[in-house]
Amino acid sequence: MSNTYTEEDLAKNLQEQEYKYGFTSDFKSDTIPVGLNEDVIRLISSKKEEPLWLLEKRLQAYRAWTTMVEPDWAHVNYPKPDFQAISYYSAPGQTKKYESWDDVDPEMKETMKKLGISMEEQQRLTGTAVDFVVDSVSVATSFKKKLGELGIIFCSFSEAVENHPELVKKYMGTVVPHTDNFYAALNSAVFTDGSFCYIPKGVRCPMELSTYFRINEGGTGQFERTLVVADEGSYVSYLEGCTAPMRDENQLHAAVVELVSLDNAEIKYSTVQNWYPGDKNGVGGVFNFVTKRGLCEKNAKISWTQVETGSAVTWKYPSCILKGDNSIGEFYSVAVTNHFQQADTGSKMIHLGKNTSSTIISKGISAGQSQNAYRGLVQIHASADNARNRSECDSLLLSDRSGAHTFPYIECKNSTAKIEHEATTSKIGEDQIFYCQQRGIDSEKAIGLIVNGYCKEVLNHMPMEFAVEAQKLLEISLENSVG
Amino acid sequence: MLTIKNLHASVEEGQEILKGLNLEVKAGEVHAIMGPNGSGKSTLASVLAGKDGYEVTEGSVDFDGVDLLDLEAEDRAKEGMFLAFQYPVEIPGVSNVNFLRTAMNEIREYRNEDKMSAKDFLAKVKEASNLVELDNKLASRAVNVGFSGGEKKRNEIFQMAMLEPKLAILDETDSGLDIDALRIVSEGVNKLRSKDNAVILITHYQRLLEYIKPDFVHVLSAGKIIKTGGKELALELEEKGYDWINEEIAQ
Amino acid sequence: MELVLDNKVLEFVSDFKKPETISKVRKQALDALNGMDFPTTRVEDWKYTRVGKYVKKKYKQVQATANVEDYTIADLNAHQLVFVNGYYDESLSTIKEDDAISVHKIEELDEEYYSDIVDGTSENVFSLINKAYQTGGVFIQVKKNKKANFPIHFLHVLEGEEVIANARHFVHMETGSKAEVVATYHSNNSENSFTNVVLEGHVESNASLTINKLQSEAKNVFHISNELFVQDESSNFLINTITTGALMTRNGLEVIVEGENCHTEMNGAYLGTEKQHMDNHTLIDQLYSNCTSSESYKGVMDGKSVGVFNGKVIVRQDAQKIAAYQSNKNILLSKTASVNSKPELEIYADDVRCSHGSTIGELDEDAIFYLRARGISAASAKQLLVAGFIGDVLDKVENEALRTNIDELFLNDFGWKF
Repeated sequence: MSNTYTEEDLAKNLQEQEYKYGFTSDFKSDTIPVGLNEDVIRLISSKKEEPLWLLEKRLQAYRAWTTMVEPDWAHVNYPKPDFQAISYYSAPGQTKKYESWDDVDPEMKETMKKLGISMEEQQRLTGTAVDFVVDSVSVATSFKKKLGELGIIFCSFSEAVENHPELVKKYMGTVVPHTDNFYAALNSAVFTDGSFCYIPKGVRCPMELSTYFRINEGGTGQFERTLVVADEGSYVSYLEGCTAPMRDENQLHAAVVELVSLDNAEIKYSTVQNWYPGDKNGVGGVFNFVTKRGLCEKNAKISWTQVETGSAVTWKYPSCILKGDNSIGEFYSVAVTNHFQQADTGSKMIHLGKNTSSTIISKGISAGQSQNAYRGLVQIHASADNARNRSECDSLLLSDRSGAHTFPYIECKNSTAKIEHEATTSKIGEDQIFYCQQRGIDSEKAIGLIVNGYCKEVLNHMPMEFAVEAQKLLEISLENSVG
Repeated sequence: MLTIKNLHASVEEGQEILKGLNLEVKAGEVHAIMGPNGSGKSTLASVLAGKDGYEVTEGSVDFDGVDLLDLEAEDRAKEGMFLAFQYPVEIPGVSNVNFLRTAMNEIREYRNEDKMSAKDFLAKVKEASNLVELDNKLASRAVNVGFSGGEKKRNEIFQMAMLEPKLAILDETDSGLDIDALRIVSEGVNKLRSKDNAVILITHYQRLLEYIKPDFVHVLSAGKIIKTGGKELALELEEKGYDWINEEIAQ
Repeated sequence: MELVLDNKVLEFVSDFKKPETISKVRKQALDALNGMDFPTTRVEDWKYTRVGKYVKKKYKQVQATANVEDYTIADLNAHQLVFVNGYYDESLSTIKEDDAISVHKIEELDEEYYSDIVDGTSENVFSLINKAYQTGGVFIQVKKNKKANFPIHFLHVLEGEEVIANARHFVHMETGSKAEVVATYHSNNSENSFTNVVLEGHVESNASLTINKLQSEAKNVFHISNELFVQDESSNFLINTITTGALMTRNGLEVIVEGENCHTEMNGAYLGTEKQHMDNHTLIDQLYSNCTSSESYKGVMDGKSVGVFNGKVIVRQDAQKIAAYQSNKNILLSKTASVNSKPELEIYADDVRCSHGSTIGELDEDAIFYLRARGISAASAKQLLVAGFIGDVLDKVENEALRTNIDELFLNDFGWKF
């Protein structure tokens, strides 16, 4: 067969594949001058009309940050951002809050459409409530009323500070303290907005809650904060989507996500991350340094699912602290890197309670000249009798210039634990492609099939609509692949 | 040989599985215990063999004058109790031969008998493996590792032949066997029968009983033996299922 | 030269007997040591092994003699080279008639030549201390296309308290040669003593080297070894590392594969009790295509012991068609034992088949019950299962005399039969 589609072709297509979401929205922004000092933090706080306790928290975090150094242990190489060259606040020009979807700037609605998230449609068809964050400021939260009837709070972080200060005060920083790491400290000092969600006792949130993040303004950093609290016996499925426009400089994104799953509660947190990865020569792209962590109390469960295709550099380890007995942590991840992208991502499962169990399924796909590393920690403390962990980390290589790395850390201090870790690294299987061909499937479809099948285990854990979107993102890598 | 009186047993989570079971087995006899799924058949086997995770709350089990429930699992085996597992366990790295030799020596030591010489041992291995048509090569492989379902079950009977128990409990030994393997396993068991030993067959199907003829058939339901009969009872069960017995009792 | 007392490395070596002549190699090492410090657990490679306590103590380099009768291996029929406290003891050594090998003392080698063969080897503070202060060692040459007629037994003994043994060896396998090295480590009345050994080698094309290392020093000494081998094309390298001794052990092992069609195999068994700490740190660096490597380490930790496995495989760009396998399995026999496992793959080529697995757990309860149901006591059942667990690693030791010796060691130390 002369027109056989080979892995080289796939790799080539992947290399030529350009970012779909690269456009800048032309609405006016309110951006403060670059640089970071205590005055800038006071300015952010006052622009947001924050209470004093929050400003104090910010200043505390800032002071801690100034004593910290940027971590360098990850398997990534990038020019360290100049933190004095970033603008730490950029809000869309309008300062008024939106009462309803109709009030939203048509330009911004257009932006959402380009992102493939027509909110009206989503509202109608999927019953998904969406909080939309552009450059760290929350602009619209839909379905507020319906959720309100159940006592569910789903709003921007600023609104939560204003309307539910007791909840924010009680939980903010309890899972990711401001001293946790360099970027978490930075975020705690300068975060501008984000999402807040509280599910009351025993309530099962009837719809998916969804947040879209977007970096719009050039030369800005995005520092949003998400706090999800599921009270005893409650359930919520939370979705997070991220995009950024094409820019030839590097933009910084340093978010903090905290999940609190109280007794018998369950939080499902799904992410599709498609920040601008830079062009095919490695120019531009987002630096994505994110701290995501959840705390499980008794019989609680936290499940992280992520499809990561974006960002120039990713540094991200969604984690679970399994504090309560019988609590469960899960991490399902697909990470695709292409061109000069670098990803160092994985999970941490900290077992403290008895009969705690965790699962890590990670699929890495490396193309172009990218570097894709899994880094994960499974830690069984002496108190965690009968803890269980299973980890599977597979890497698929599509290019001989790309790299796939696996760095698991397994630490066990309890003899009743059972831990199993397995990892494989290989090229996409020629024999699998041949087998499909022999059954009449052309090679292009075969590769599509195989890569999709390869990620299936992870995609299956996403809510349906989101999975479709995630799959589309993956398919971008595979479409136009007819040679 | 075996007298079970009013046996009550629960799983560790607290649920009672056996609820007052009585059974008397004499030397030379073959008893079949049948019953629907969840009736407590495998629990009975596990409790008799001394598996962790079960608590006997009431009743007694006498095994040739010894209080069986008082003994550790290994001492029950040394007293001559043998359980052919429904799911034989794979033990990587431990060869069948090494495993059996250790078992035989410990059992012999317990009975104040001399260790078996390597020559006698090997002769016995050969004899026993012929009995169940088990490839000699399997004897040198790790216990049950990489064995097919049929090989695992034949390996159980092979071990039974080696250890010569007084009482053998065969827990669903017929499950997952094709007709040839079933014949081989059954013939093995039949050849091992004598006036001095006894067999308890735990099974779901009547099929096995065509090959190993029981003297008594018991129906176990909800943790109790609710009916006892001869081998014709098994045929009746095959034909009509278990529900009619419950109805009969209800009347 | 005046000692700077706040330099921990200089402090550490201050009681060492200074070498009589400072060769070029020693000089380089001494220079490199200047300004170096001992690693803390903040250094990624030493994350799980704390050496601070042991390097604060003072050690002396003391030449001594020892009774090695207890340590010779019956029926091994080997060239026996004895090192007491890191000093080569010719009187206790036996070199048989063997046209395939030549044995030289390291210090008798031509300086230029020696500096050449050890040039470019990767060093850390311990191997540099060894290089600067080594007190003896041998250079073994196995001649082109010859097979050594006898195994070569490096027998190391620590004799006396608070001594440090800095032995340093080099095994040169010429093209097409074949040999087996047995390296054993023992101690006698040697509380708070320190083995700091370096074993290097070059396996040229088509050559084949097997090393069996057995370390059973007393549980009150410290053992750090640095082993570094370079493989040329179509060569074979196999090392089996069995560790039961020392309070703190760090086995550092690196193999740089510098040619195509090589096979590299590393196996290890580590069995810890009481407060023993056993760290196996390995690296296989694949620079060329069409090579295979296999690594299997198994640990059984009892008491308050700590097991560490950190193995890395690097496949460099364009080193295609590499099949690399890494496995680390651990059993914890006591509640207070612990294990840290960190298998790593760093892959820069695409046409590879690499995998690793790591498990930690207790003995299989179902298996214990199965054995007990056959009349085997709980204790014997555990012993059988442990033996079955590490047996496949021990089976890699093909030398029967040595294997018998290992079996005896296990029987005496742990009451375990195989």
